[in-house]
Amino acid sequence: MSQKYSHTDLSDTIVALSTPQGVGAIGVIRLSGKDAIAICDSVFTGKNLLKQASHTLHYGTIQDGKQVIDEVVVALFKAPRSYTTENVVEVSCHGSPYILQKVITLFISRGARLAKAGEFTLRAFLNGRLDLSQAEAVADLIASQSESAHTLAMQQMRGGFSSEIARLRQKLIDFASLVELELDFGEEDVEFADRQQLVSLVQELQVLLRKLIQSFALGNAIKNGVATVIAGRPNAGKSTLLNAILNEERAIVSDIAGTTRDTIEEVVNIKGVQFRLVDTAGIRDAQDQIEAIGVQKTIQAIQKSTILIYVFDVIELSPEEVHQDLEKLQEEGLKIILVANKMDLNPFTKPEQYTSNIVPNEQIVSASAINHMNIEHLKEKLYEVALAHALNSESTIVSNIRHFEALQKSQQALDDVLQGIENQVSGELLALDIRMALEYLGTITGEVTTEDLLGNIFSNFCIGK
Amino acid sequence: MFKEYDVIVVGGGHAGCEAAAAAANMGSSVLLVTMNMQVIGQMSCNPAMGGVAKGQIVREIDALGGYSGIVTDRTAIQFRMLNKSKGAAMWSPRTQNDRMMFAQEWRLMLEQTENLDFWQEMVVGLIVKNGQVRGVRTSLGLEILSKTVVLTNGTFLNGLIHIGEKNFGGGRAGERAAVGLTAQLIELGFEAGRMKTGTPPRVDGRSLDYSKMEQQEGDAKPQRFSFTDTPLVSKQKCCWVTYTNPQVHEMLKTGFEQSPMFTGRIKGVGPRYCPSIEDKIDRFAQRDRHQLFVEPEGWSTVEIYVNGFSTSLAEDVQYKALKLVPGFENVKFFRPGYAIEYDYFPPIQLTHSLETKLVKNLFFAGQINGTTGYEEAACQGLMAGINAHQKINNKEPFILKRSDAYIGVLIDDLINKGTEEPYRMFTSRAEYRILMRQDNADIRLTPLGHELGLIGEERYEKTQQKQKDGDAILDTFRKMSIKPEEVNAILEVNGTTPINQKMKLINLLLRPQIKMNDLKKVPKVAEYLAQFDELTIEQAEINAKYANYIIKEKEMAEKMNQLEEVKLNPSFNYEKLQSLSAEAREKLSKIKPVTLGQASRISGVSPSDISVLMVHMGR
Repeated sequence: MSQKYSHTDLSDTIVALSTPQGVGAIGVIRLSGKDAIAICDSVFTGKNLLKQASHTLHYGTIQDGKQVIDEVVVALFKAPRSYTTENVVEVSCHGSPYILQKVITLFISRGARLAKAGEFTLRAFLNGRLDLSQAEAVADLIASQSESAHTLAMQQMRGGFSSEIARLRQKLIDFASLVELELDFGEEDVEFADRQQLVSLVQELQVLLRKLIQSFALGNAIKNGVATVIAGRPNAGKSTLLNAILNEERAIVSDIAGTTRDTIEEVVNIKGVQFRLVDTAGIRDAQDQIEAIGVQKTIQAIQKSTILIYVFDVIELSPEEVHQDLEKLQEEGLKIILVANKMDLNPFTKPEQYTSNIVPNEQIVSASAINHMNIEHLKEKLYEVALAHALNSESTIVSNIRHFEALQKSQQALDDVLQGIENQVSGELLALDIRMALEYLGTITGEVTTEDLLGNIFSNFCIGK
Repeated sequence: MFKEYDVIVVGGGHAGCEAAAAAANMGSSVLLVTMNMQVIGQMSCNPAMGGVAKGQIVREIDALGGYSGIVTDRTAIQFRMLNKSKGAAMWSPRTQNDRMMFAQEWRLMLEQTENLDFWQEMVVGLIVKNGQVRGVRTSLGLEILSKTVVLTNGTFLNGLIHIGEKNFGGGRAGERAAVGLTAQLIELGFEAGRMKTGTPPRVDGRSLDYSKMEQQEGDAKPQRFSFTDTPLVSKQKCCWVTYTNPQVHEMLKTGFEQSPMFTGRIKGVGPRYCPSIEDKIDRFAQRDRHQLFVEPEGWSTVEIYVNGFSTSLAEDVQYKALKLVPGFENVKFFRPGYAIEYDYFPPIQLTHSLETKLVKNLFFAGQINGTTGYEEAACQGLMAGINAHQKINNKEPFILKRSDAYIGVLIDDLINKGTEEPYRMFTSRAEYRILMRQDNADIRLTPLGHELGLIGEERYEKTQQKQKDGDAILDTFRKMSIKPEEVNAILEVNGTTPINQKMKLINLLLRPQIKMNDLKKVPKVAEYLAQFDELTIEQAEINAKYANYIIKEKEMAEKMNQLEEVKLNPSFNYEKLQSLSAEAREKLSKIKPVTLGQASRISGVSPSDISVLMVHMGR
């Protein structure tokens, strides 16, 4: 496209993850737009990026205030010598979804806007960067893949929620029509849209949307951390294990059974995923009343958790005893990791013998907490389990950040509708907010209105770029 | 006998009159050819102008320098601002008019327009050479040459009137149909269709018992359509409302067997939203009554228009049924209702300037494009007249965007989506109705009319001043503080919290309970506002109260307009693009969009088609 393309959207700086979603060794976040370098510089500690030459690499850290988020390498491409012909910054981070999410969020807070699907390529194209053969190849790709891309997106929403949204959206459309009816035919003998019914419908929608928004998996993990309980019999080494994971002396550690009488909570960040580790009092038929309360608290903590790390002393406990404990502790949906502790004292123990129908072999980690033996392996296991949980659990419906964003905007528009009804605003204003909500809901259900068009254009371009 | 004209307008209805006036006022030499000069500017159906969405259009026409608003104001017998209980974007002016005076006023205004000649005859064909129109051929065999032709044939092309089992050719009751043109246009390659509309019986007002009806008065403070100083209607006439009942419905049903609608004699498609009374009782059987508006046809005539009783049933059934309506027991008929079928040309054959894609310099406006309504017709006429002039003078076509005006929405819908039924404007067709209000039509469009040469300096200055004054008022409101003791009494009366320290006026105006008129009760506010006229103050108030929504719509409009800036090559061969869907190839080849935004609004063109298109075009 040779003519000067004045497009106000082009004046924004956009940001997106440009490596595939999921866990990789590194993740690259790309910024494009006139403020790309300035935005990156505002959170980068290292050289002043604004003063660096194009096509250079810079090592430093990304910081939110004083908090270091990640060590990164920043690549600068100054306009017009970049993929989009705009200023482009590529930030290579460690590939944890948490870190990537956090960095992207930080860029957004500094004025970048989340790129729409394919927007980098769209910009490249609009700025005349793609040549004809490239463009044609891409065009064919779009033609052949747009259908499957949509199906794929829809598959990311589970449990019939998209059809539920579609159903409520249809009801909202029906309602919008009633509002329109009273606007255009108010002089005639028409029935008016019942505001109270509209409130109920909007609230029904909001409950659903809220559920979906909350289920946004990574978002959840980021916000709250993955609740993880460390439990086991007295003196199994729970607190030692906790300290080993934290690498600090937090819990009171002693050889006297029952030292930990309360639950202790610590936060640890493993490859970007936050874990809230809860150390508990030991499980036994407690004589001491204080300890009985402690056991009760352990059970309560487990009920609120996603992961249980059950620690046992390989010398003290037989597989049957372990099995008994697990029977007592297991909860529906709880992920259990078995830590066969004090392996240093009896290196010939075969952890496999502790396998049961509750805990399969691959969830057993042999360790020696006191020697920090195999702790890294345990951390790896924790991360794997948490991620699998986040991505597979029934409660996870929304895993696509665009859906997440659309859900939030729908929610906002619906808030405006309710606010409007409360303020008794006139129908055409209500209709405006309803239309906006419909538009955002449409982006989730795949019903495309003209306004959504730009985002859908070139939606297949972004893959791998 | 005739010189070569710049513009020949065929048809003297609302579209034809506006087209002729606009082109002539811009400086083109114009010939208006009509079959009957006595009925120039005739209101074929109800004696009213405006209404919801339509009132906005009339104001837009006026803001651009068209005549409809002025003619309407001069001949109004009642004025009402509809939807006053809703927000300002919905306020819609509507008048009842004196039908005879309305037509006369149009005729006189056109006669006083320079550069405009008249000729009474039927146009039976076009002179077309090398794909360009060169003039018209008349029934007398005359060839009149011109650079452009605007066709505004209304319901006259092969018009066929139905009353019960009878039918006869005619463009309106008592007027001949126009023949010949359709056949030639089809021969030239145009696609034609059939549409249907209808009109209710006209009755003798002296035979009605108004005591059995509800009275519907005009507004206590009537306004005007025109932004010029046309007279305000005085001593308004009132209308009445009455209702049908199950007995009326039963009587009407006795005529269904002979109904041209139900027996399939009428092939044309009628509007869903303006159904005949038989259609209403057939489709909405659960309703035991329908509203009828009883409207006087003028200041002095006794003729009455029975709005809501449009019908093509046999005249005796019409009569017997209407007699069962309260107030109509002794009704005397002047004219029966009837349905009329006519030819139209699916408007996707037009460009945004209303020029046909097939024949250069040929423009279509009004019902020939499948629309219904005086206002819809008039605004197309205005746009076609303007664009005929622009074309001759090698100037850019004058196109209004969907965010500029209802007129823009109308034309964009027509040429991209076509229409399956007579197209009427609704506010819900517009994405940006909060921006496109009747009160700001002048602010939106008068500068454009001025640029075109349709609006004189004085009027342009006045509009600029209104804008400046409106801004000044809000500016002052942002600065001027008010003390609790000056305003608390007013706040309390209106059920809103009193203030306990000084506050800027704007913050009070933004409270939903507080209107400008409430603040005017504060002497210093009243004193300040005294220098401004009421409409300017009203507009400032609307701009303040709607500010958030206005911003939202502006953002949405900007987003949409970005796509409008991506130009497509209209002569592109879409058949070559195998990656487009078959439907998209067909539609795009037919409509030949000029921007990506336009392409995106064509039904059957998917987002992936758009992206494919985007890649290939513009290189």
